[in-house]
Amino acid sequence: MKPLTSIGPANRTARNEETHPLTWRLRDDAQPVWLAEYQQKNGYAAARKALGEMAQADIVQTVKDSGLKGRGGAGFPTGVKWGLMPADEAMNIRYLLCNADEMEPNTWKDRLLMEQLPHLLIEGMLISARALKAYRGYIFLRGEYVDAAANLNRAIEEAKAAGLLGKNILGSGFDFELFVHTGAGRYICGEETALINSLEGRRANPRAKPPFPAAVGVWGKPTCVNNVETLCNVPAIIGSGVDWYKSLARPGSEDHGSKLMGFSGKVKNPGLWELPFGISARELFEDYAGGMRDGYRLKCWQPGGAGTGFLLPEHLDASMYAAGIAKVGTRMGTGLALAVDDSVNMVSLLRNMEEFFSRESCGFCTPCRDGLPWSVKILRALERGQGSRDDIETLLGLVNFLGPGKTFCAHAPGAVEPLGSAIKYFRAEFEAGVASHAAPATTGQFVPA
Amino acid sequence: MNQAPLNDNSLIQTYRFALSEAERSAIEHEMHHYEDPRAASIEALKIVQKARGWVPDGAADAIGAILGIPASDVEGVATFYSQIFRQPVGRHIIRVCDSMTCFIGGHEAVVASIQQQLGIGLGQTSADGRFTLLPVCCLGNCDKAPAVMIDDDTFGDVRPDGVAQLLEVYP
Repeated sequence: MKPLTSIGPANRTARNEETHPLTWRLRDDAQPVWLAEYQQKNGYAAARKALGEMAQADIVQTVKDSGLKGRGGAGFPTGVKWGLMPADEAMNIRYLLCNADEMEPNTWKDRLLMEQLPHLLIEGMLISARALKAYRGYIFLRGEYVDAAANLNRAIEEAKAAGLLGKNILGSGFDFELFVHTGAGRYICGEETALINSLEGRRANPRAKPPFPAAVGVWGKPTCVNNVETLCNVPAIIGSGVDWYKSLARPGSEDHGSKLMGFSGKVKNPGLWELPFGISARELFEDYAGGMRDGYRLKCWQPGGAGTGFLLPEHLDASMYAAGIAKVGTRMGTGLALAVDDSVNMVSLLRNMEEFFSRESCGFCTPCRDGLPWSVKILRALERGQGSRDDIETLLGLVNFLGPGKTFCAHAPGAVEPLGSAIKYFRAEFEAGVASHAAPATTGQFVPA
Repeated sequence: MNQAPLNDNSLIQTYRFALSEAERSAIEHEMHHYEDPRAASIEALKIVQKARGWVPDGAADAIGAILGIPASDVEGVATFYSQIFRQPVGRHIIRVCDSMTCFIGGHEAVVASIQQQLGIGLGQTSADGRFTLLPVCCLGNCDKAPAVMIDDDTFGDVRPDGVAQLLEVYP
């Protein structure tokens, strides 16, 4: 009755420890892997190595050398982020936060890991906390992921009972306690500093940076915030080493390791797979997702979440890694792609997306609070065929004024990136929404030259 | 239209709010997970809501008194988060995912089907107090779009003609 996230059958048979560090332990019946089975599958071996044999600085250096980048969508190098934590030993109260507030539209990768492999996340957090000298960690989990909360809490109790969390873990003298903190809605909580405000029990408005969380984070203490999938990469990097990790990606990829990638929409086989960075989007779309369902044609696609731009079918030859997708004009984001089929009107789709972004704006800064509802109003008018001749220029003006660097956080830039690309590739559909009796366009002064 | 009677008079409360012993001890237990008691404010609101279905007027004062923060701060938090309800809701909450993936999957037809059967639109409660219908951010069920969550249960591949069967399970 209550289906758990399934991993696509395409690579269910092909997973192994060498090539699928994130998913090889998954059970074919999609039930959670509890402690006994996890340890039987080599679980916590990397934690034993990190806590028993490695200096804290060596763990940080290993992660730096591995080239691991954040898997939450922004792709910031994890080792560099870790390196920002203060060297001053006197600042001894430090926190590790796991960003498990997965609300990005079309993203369900962290849910899979937390529901089915809760110990992988705990082991990743344990090793990372040791590296960062954090004494306490919180998993900031969205409230709607009730199965993930139950499974993580049970796994934490198992780990505590086995001496893998708590005082003097594995005899190393290192103490680490871990809590699950569940949220109460609002997409903006996934923004790193908004997440910190929310954890502190405040409204989830983003904070000004600098100071960065590494210097002044939760309760003013040095804090590191990492995504679920990022932390889940850490055990294999420590356990199997940098050379192995760097051999995972396809030749030509500048990003290292494997990535949970997906394809959804009206494709034959929507799903989620662990794949090497650098595979072509076409391989993901055709070989794994099986191409479009009969009767549908691919109109355009988004590489990784609502905040990434639309791409055309011809862009499917792009490689799935940060710079590979940047070459065709947008970001890889979460790596879970969406197929838009030819039955979808782009104005309606963008109206739906901007309604979401508008509703989820925290309202703190003016361009986002006022600009996004404005875009919704225009898109609704265009959808009804009642747009004015200035509307498209006004939308492009909003794409400009809400773009990167002009708002307090990345929410509004993420909201207008798909809008800008949709107008760029499908302008005729927007023009079709202008009312036939509309007054002639004015001078278009809205958009600065 | 279709406004549930619940939403009218009961907004004005005439009784004095008091936390139950169970609520109070649950909130005090949560406080100790954090360096600052304020951090338990969202959890405290969820504790009150779990017991009562919503967060009545007066809860902010009671929670603020335990956590040592102004009631206005608690109210500020209560009104910010979309899953904290500051007005009465139905016995069951229907959350329809409105991400673009579910849009492509046809979630608007599912909403229309619910609206037709229960006589409520998004943000409304049915006249018998059984259901409240709300939109929600991506439920992470995108390979089975459109997705609907009823209370703590998530359903995928929901079709407009399957809605009636789904709702039957929730009396």
